[in-house]
Amino acid sequence: MAADSAAEIATAVRSGARSAREVTDGFLATIASGEEQIHAFNLVTAGAARARADEIDAMIADGRDPGPLAGVPIALKDNLCTRGVATTCSSRILSGWEPPYTATVVERVVAAGAVPVGKTNLDEFAMGSSTENSAFGPTRNPRDPSRVPGGSSGGSAAAVAAEFAPLALGSDTGGSIRQPAAFCGVVGVKPTYGAVSRSGLIAFASSLDQIGPFAASVTDAALLLDAIAGPDPLDSTSIRERWNPVAPVVDDGVDGLRVGVVTELLDGIDADVAARFHQAADVLRAAGAKVGDASVPAAIHGLAAYYLIAPAEASSNLARYDGVRYGLRADGVDVADMNAKTRDAGFGPEVKRRIMLGTYALSAGYYDAYYGQAQRVRTLVIRDFDTAYRDFDVLLTPTTPTTAFAFGDKTGDPLSMYLSDVCTIPTNLAGHPAMSVPFGTGADGLPVGVQILAPALGEQVMFRAARAVEQGAP
Amino acid sequence: MSTEHITRSDVEHVAHLARLALTESEIQTLTGQLEGILEYAAQVSALDLADVPPTAHPLPLVNVFRADVPRPGVDREEVLAQAPSAENGRFRVPRILGEAP
Repeated sequence: MAADSAAEIATAVRSGARSAREVTDGFLATIASGEEQIHAFNLVTAGAARARADEIDAMIADGRDPGPLAGVPIALKDNLCTRGVATTCSSRILSGWEPPYTATVVERVVAAGAVPVGKTNLDEFAMGSSTENSAFGPTRNPRDPSRVPGGSSGGSAAAVAAEFAPLALGSDTGGSIRQPAAFCGVVGVKPTYGAVSRSGLIAFASSLDQIGPFAASVTDAALLLDAIAGPDPLDSTSIRERWNPVAPVVDDGVDGLRVGVVTELLDGIDADVAARFHQAADVLRAAGAKVGDASVPAAIHGLAAYYLIAPAEASSNLARYDGVRYGLRADGVDVADMNAKTRDAGFGPEVKRRIMLGTYALSAGYYDAYYGQAQRVRTLVIRDFDTAYRDFDVLLTPTTPTTAFAFGDKTGDPLSMYLSDVCTIPTNLAGHPAMSVPFGTGADGLPVGVQILAPALGEQVMFRAARAVEQGAP
Repeated sequence: MSTEHITRSDVEHVAHLARLALTESEIQTLTGQLEGILEYAAQVSALDLADVPPTAHPLPLVNVFRADVPRPGVDREEVLAQAPSAENGRFRVPRILGEAP
């Protein structure tokens, strides 16, 4: 029962064939039996979920339509604000905090009939690629519990992979939706910057952050994206044009579509992952696409630029955690001492590392050499993508250089952890959409993800290519 | 441009700017780690990009106006209830200035 798609559940609930309560109880039972091992959630909101499901059923009984996600359970990354429900960012510094407002995306999925079942684990403040940086312990990969689920949205990816919920929301600053989607064998989408409101998403790097869907299929991901996208007066960076829905075009095929393989991002990819990747390109070719080699030369500098820009923005955004307005406070002799002691006690090692890195990159004497140069590289990445998209409708890369790694593999060497984001980061720098689609397994039997990239607001063509890859997946 | 050598006093200076009361062992760990990460990041410093303008944001940002109409904000009591310390409708903090002479 739990394996039913979100689309099937919504159809069944809207028609009265199934009750939202029965669907919700089914997923809550799966959570109850599997969560102890996986630890996908920081908080399971079972009571609120049952109450919400009963409301949906009451609407159906009244002859009202709860919406396109009617009765579909959804897991929410714990950096999305939920009024009156603890929101932690998996950080001790927000311990005990209950937001006074709810993120726009959460309002939208609830308005579409979805049933939130809990808040999912993440690397603290979304900084990491394995969820090992969570203050509340790591999430385990449902495909192999000895492996990480990826990160930072590891809890959301694991929740969908473990069938704790058919849908989940995550956030992606440098790959934090797509990399865990690839590691857990689910679909993960980073929409165009500005396509989805960031209001109520706790900020990491504001020029890069974007909220997006996790689902077990491309069709379900389209359903969720269409429910959350579109302008929002509460986010002044949200794109003001009306959203063009992707669900209606998902099955339009790829005949004649020009697909570019980004040659610069094939270096350093494990052989078994690369083999799957080329097989996916063949699938698109067989489906009628024209596949050729594309070049995005600046992409190779994207990772270095990202690890200056994102920490710089984070060092500014995280200045608000000062022990005054919310969360943790450590005692100090005066306010400055209290601020510094609170921040040392409340932040974990990776968050401190990035705040330090960002503060250094922005400090007098180093600003031009580091932050300024990184912003210029960002321009080059955008220009190189623009050039590539003159010849291609979508681009194709592996999502990650490897399959899911083991716990502890990369925690001793921050740089090696950062390198797992090499293929996903250029998209964030450009503000473009990209998504990961599961495509078979590697030599170790673990899922491999293929990444489809598109120009800004190219989600329709991106989803068509993703659906074709999914249909040809081994 | 070659990478700066990161010293202990660099780390202490940046920690002060970032308002982080790092412990002795954190200072030692970060001194080595920051140098390693900056050595990698320095590849962008080495590029000749004098003619390339910087990009701070992926969208061409325009100012967003809305009608100047009052509307309810978040509830003050609800917000203050989340503070570590509050008094008389305000956030309460330790002293800000040194003691009077």
